[in-house]
Amino acid sequence: MSDMRCDIELTVNGETVMETVEARTTLVDFLRETLALTGSHVGCEHGVCGACTVRVDGAIVRGCLMLAAQCNGAKVETIEGVSDSGQIADLQSAFERRNALQCGFCTPGMLLTAQELLSNGGVPSRETIREHISGNYCRCTGYQAIVDAIEAVAQARAGGRK
Amino acid sequence: MKIVEDSPPVLTALDRPNSYIGRSVPRPNLARLAQGRAQFVTDVTLPRMAHVAFVRSPHAHARIKTIDATAAKKSPGVIAVVTGAELAKVITPWVGVLTHLKGIKSAPQHAIAVDRACWVGEAVCAVVARTRAEAEDGCEKVTVDYEELQAVTDPETALDAKTPVIHPDLGDNLTFERVHSAGDPDNGFAEADAVVEATFMFGRHTGVCNEPRAIVADWNEGEQRLTAYHATQAPHMMQNLFAKHLTLSEHQVRVVTKDVGGSFGIKVHTYADEMATVALSKLLKRPVKFVADRIESFVTDIHARDHRVKGRIGVKNDGTITAWEIDALSGIGPYSVYPRTSGIEANQIVNLTGGPYTCPNYKARARVVFQNKNVMCQYRAVGHPIATAVTEGLVELAAVKIGMDPLEIRRRNLIADDAHPSQGPSGIKFEALSHHASLAHLDSMMNYAGLRAEQAELRKQGIYRGIGFASFVEVTNPSAAFYGVGGAKISAQDGATVRLDATGAIFCHTGVSEQGQGAEAVIAQCVATSFGVPMEQVRVIMGDTDNTPYGGGTWASRAAGIGGEAAWQAGKALRGNVLAVAGSILQTTPDTLDVRNGAVVDAATGTERMPLHELARICYFRPDTLPAGVQSELVATRHYVPRAWAFSFTNGIQASYLEVDTDSGFVKLLKHWCIEDCGTVINPQLVDEQIRGGVVQGLGAALFEHCLYDQRGQLLNGNMADYLVPMAVEMPDIECGHVVTPTADSELGAKGAGEAGTAGAPGCVMNAINDALRPLNAKLLTDMPFTPDKILRALGKV
Repeated sequence: MSDMRCDIELTVNGETVMETVEARTTLVDFLRETLALTGSHVGCEHGVCGACTVRVDGAIVRGCLMLAAQCNGAKVETIEGVSDSGQIADLQSAFERRNALQCGFCTPGMLLTAQELLSNGGVPSRETIREHISGNYCRCTGYQAIVDAIEAVAQARAGGRK
Repeated sequence: MKIVEDSPPVLTALDRPNSYIGRSVPRPNLARLAQGRAQFVTDVTLPRMAHVAFVRSPHAHARIKTIDATAAKKSPGVIAVVTGAELAKVITPWVGVLTHLKGIKSAPQHAIAVDRACWVGEAVCAVVARTRAEAEDGCEKVTVDYEELQAVTDPETALDAKTPVIHPDLGDNLTFERVHSAGDPDNGFAEADAVVEATFMFGRHTGVCNEPRAIVADWNEGEQRLTAYHATQAPHMMQNLFAKHLTLSEHQVRVVTKDVGGSFGIKVHTYADEMATVALSKLLKRPVKFVADRIESFVTDIHARDHRVKGRIGVKNDGTITAWEIDALSGIGPYSVYPRTSGIEANQIVNLTGGPYTCPNYKARARVVFQNKNVMCQYRAVGHPIATAVTEGLVELAAVKIGMDPLEIRRRNLIADDAHPSQGPSGIKFEALSHHASLAHLDSMMNYAGLRAEQAELRKQGIYRGIGFASFVEVTNPSAAFYGVGGAKISAQDGATVRLDATGAIFCHTGVSEQGQGAEAVIAQCVATSFGVPMEQVRVIMGDTDNTPYGGGTWASRAAGIGGEAAWQAGKALRGNVLAVAGSILQTTPDTLDVRNGAVVDAATGTERMPLHELARICYFRPDTLPAGVQSELVATRHYVPRAWAFSFTNGIQASYLEVDTDSGFVKLLKHWCIEDCGTVINPQLVDEQIRGGVVQGLGAALFEHCLYDQRGQLLNGNMADYLVPMAVEMPDIECGHVVTPTADSELGAKGAGEAGTAGAPGCVMNAINDALRPLNAKLLTDMPFTPDKILRALGKV
């Protein structure tokens, strides 16, 4: 296995990256180990927990179910880049004020998942919010605070557009 | 919109001007977590760091005949292949017993199995390589020749003569047994108008921390020192254990714990693979990293709650409970876990059963047996969910039997709020509880009468909803009675050191640690208030045995009540020191001054006399201008341990409202309520979120979570696709309420709040499901988790 290598070129958080990776390397391992972008986390490595959620070409994916080699030419965004861009500053602030994170391990993935829902616009129902984040496991909060924070941001963003 | 902005509360005895006690201030450490800028152990890399992966036993019980590492050693990137026998030269084995659990026994456990593997997943060989992937490649090339031995997997037959004894030196498979009798149980049952009995089964489950267990061990041969970056709840305990078993002195070991991705009791134990990792670092003289993958987590993270409890209750027609009896059996795996033992959960079941009620007639037996499955040990709310489900299940069955409302039977039997100090039937001592106030609060908060009417109405339409309750008591703020008296070097006391820096801000070093509960915020709130600075000027240092006072860490709901009190007292002491020197500078007596909002002020008027940064400037840079003989002391340390009570018991009551789909067997949780009395509430938002998170862990136990083993000891669902955990869509909104009965043992008066949710939720859901199905004459459901197939069977539909 280890002799199967690929050269890839992609953009990560707006920066061009050229690396040689083992074919078996997952996207999240590549981000964490090769690029030291440790904000994306590895929770289950089989696509259930959502801690490794990142964006590839604008859509959220499981970083553990995609290979780095599949990202040749792709545009990848991680929590570090999304944070620094300011596009989820209101959501992060709501999570902090509502204590919608405890240990914080699931939070980067949860925020990216929530932002995807919020970017559809409107104010989703609590049931819709719960449904949408049900691919992201949080052991600490019991989810209610997360739903509250997302709902509050949806309302604020909708209000802001009026 | 549910985000309530923080606002200062009404003044209480704890309040000083600009008090943070009782305020929902946001946690200072959240921004970096939300930006992906935390540092979990899984994120740590060091120069020359190698990675270890383990070859793990595929058998529940097997002799290890030979290990052939020839091919593995040649595998690309492999640095070393190490067997149990080889590693035993570096690290000594351990035995998980405590002297206060009379008669408990266990066998020596090695960091890597020597000669014999005793459960599926036990490490039998380590492969160290440049990367984790290469280490795993190496593991695949290790050939182990096993001779499979008969596995002991059923606790019910573990003590039978024909069952093999797992550790022949111990004589039998009995780990621990406790028998307790109080009052006159025989007479109690004799005078009952009705006796109800049931057997309750609890599915073995586990913590499923989102961040798996992780450690980076860095033995520096030049310094002769080990630094362990370790995701643990108890840094000083681990310092002691690493030193002891590597035959080092404690000052040769530093444990650093930064961010921890969930713990819930999972990360407070000694794990063989973590001990192996520190030993491998010492052996190889370089940093070694171990991160459990998810499959390893399922087969090696401690499991809990594998209990069968036969329970009996006697009741009179007027609702008076006359006697309790339980017989509990629990299978804990092949070893009692070190150093806290695997006898504590069974012991807690005996301690806590019947705890909220006045009936003193109580007979209990609990037996703990060895088996060839993964080890069991203490997980969030140790023993509470079992004791509470048994007690509350029996109480609601008794109510049904005599035709009494379930809240009414509780009103007639819960210990009166003015009857304290009091004790439970097992002899556990209660300083002050508020069962009746809590019940009354719940009754009105949930609109019980309204829900009953709705339930009756919906039944006419074939919709089956149920309401269930669970009163509970909760162990928090443990004194040395928990572990120290049994010989474990686990600190019950905790300390805080507060230092004024040269700009007037303060550092607070504390022995408690953070795994998401909000300990950092609570410590900052306490010290900011008692010293007198804005919270933004407090920096809390935790999780570093080189740099914090000796302490116990964070477990058993001790961080706020014990660590918070130490911080509160340290802040007061530093204020005294600051005022002493301020008095000299301002030529007045210290007792006319105070520290408020970052300045020395006139105590009577609040007028600012001198900002703290000016006082610090003088003390640090111009001490020559202080009067002769005046030496400023701008550091203060205080420690605290509860002394008056072995534990600070809290209490509360939960309710569940749910709907059972009688065609599919699925349960929909509609709403959940929890009233809790944790004494002084330091941060209401953090308390509520502890409750909610705890409730959901209990709901998982009630409905989904179960480590399924076959008869040969194979774990059948060791992954997150097959082992179900609560996800957002299945969970209800949870309403919290509080009654406040502070403990008089500390000035702060805070008790713990971390166990309450998990303690009550499973029993509550069990009662609600049975309440829902009662009109259908369904079989009683007492076998958790309540999966759809069990519900359909109870309904006679499959």
